[in-house]
Amino acid sequence: MALDAIAGGLRRVGRGTINTVTRLGFAGRFFLAVLLNSPAAFRRIQLTLREIYFAGALSLVIILVSGLFVGMVLALQGYEVLTRYGANESLGVLVALSLVRELGPVVAGLLFASRAGSAITAEIGLMKTTEQLSAMEMMAVDPLARVVAPRFWGGLVSMPLLTALFSTLGIFGAYLVGVKLIGIDSGAFWGNMQAAVDFRRDIVNGVIKSVVFGFAVSIIAVFEGYDARPTAEGVSTATTRTVVVSSLAILALDFVLTVFMFRGIGV
Amino acid sequence: MNRSTIDLWVGIFIIGGIAAIGFLSLRVGNLLTATNAPGYHVEAAFDNIGGLKLRAPVKAAGVVVGRVDRIQLDPKSYQAVVSMRIDQGYQFSRDTIASILTSGLLGEVYVGLDTGGDPQVLADGGRISKTQSAVVLEKLIGQFMFDKAAAGSAK
Repeated sequence: MALDAIAGGLRRVGRGTINTVTRLGFAGRFFLAVLLNSPAAFRRIQLTLREIYFAGALSLVIILVSGLFVGMVLALQGYEVLTRYGANESLGVLVALSLVRELGPVVAGLLFASRAGSAITAEIGLMKTTEQLSAMEMMAVDPLARVVAPRFWGGLVSMPLLTALFSTLGIFGAYLVGVKLIGIDSGAFWGNMQAAVDFRRDIVNGVIKSVVFGFAVSIIAVFEGYDARPTAEGVSTATTRTVVVSSLAILALDFVLTVFMFRGIGV
Repeated sequence: MNRSTIDLWVGIFIIGGIAAIGFLSLRVGNLLTATNAPGYHVEAAFDNIGGLKLRAPVKAAGVVVGRVDRIQLDPKSYQAVVSMRIDQGYQFSRDTIASILTSGLLGEVYVGLDTGGDPQVLADGGRISKTQSAVVLEKLIGQFMFDKAAAGSAK
């Protein structure tokens, strides 16, 4: 009896492991296939533009509004602490560095995963459920080239632009609160910021982060959609998994990238 | 949706995104003035540089005239050799004094230049020979307590 339970448990662990590894292998093969089919997405640029519109342009409102409020809150809280040490002139530095290095890419990535990633997964999953993907194959149209690759590239292109807009609006929000509302000197706000923010180390690294996150979210979103079980429940599971897995991937990648980018460089 | 409407919105989105990257690079990262200004290098050896960091400002009379771009320890003299990049427009006499200073009690550490009277000016790769090291607070307090104790025992 007890032996049966143990054997059953082992079987479940084994099956789970095999499933996970198989899925990982499929994901790798899928990624290669998407890359191979990417030239088609550029030849028919209209398809990719349409996806940039859905993933990027339609995410503008939430990204801009979130950026503005994150910047304003950061300025209020930062001022509260900095003023204790008489360093409230450094508010610009605090806001710019935290937005450009960390908050911009990470928060924009999380928003992008929930706003655009989930939509991509649901769309592809539903196409699979309603057998549109199979229909395309019947017509000798490769769904990877026609459906998946444009969505992948659309997401990859949109993410760095959205991140830059997020950070910019955040700094503008901090400017509104810090300079216009609280009354920090505008020259000190911008001057200290410019003295502390380095183009190569801060801005370029921030853009690299956003490209990596855009890549992770896009590939996870299209993969989960393509791999979804073709049922209503399967699509909903896949959509949930896109948001969860992308968010975890963003946070984990952010840690790894930060370790490599800012390790052992003073300040 | 109409194809040209989509194109319009994608265009607006891309222009906005690129403008944001431009804003971050130029206005926040200060790319224009940071790298384009031509400059020359001078070195100075200090006994102690305190908390001086790379890219710390070099100031003359409070005006930023350059940045620290390299800090090394001279293996023979055990002095810190600080290499500074001075903007092309500024010339300093050969007997300029370089000192490590701090703006305010908790402020940033910077290199201050006090120009001298020598008519010859520092050239690229020149070396400032007169330097003044950072004031280390612990040593200062130690000195003060030592003096106090000495004064007390003398009485």
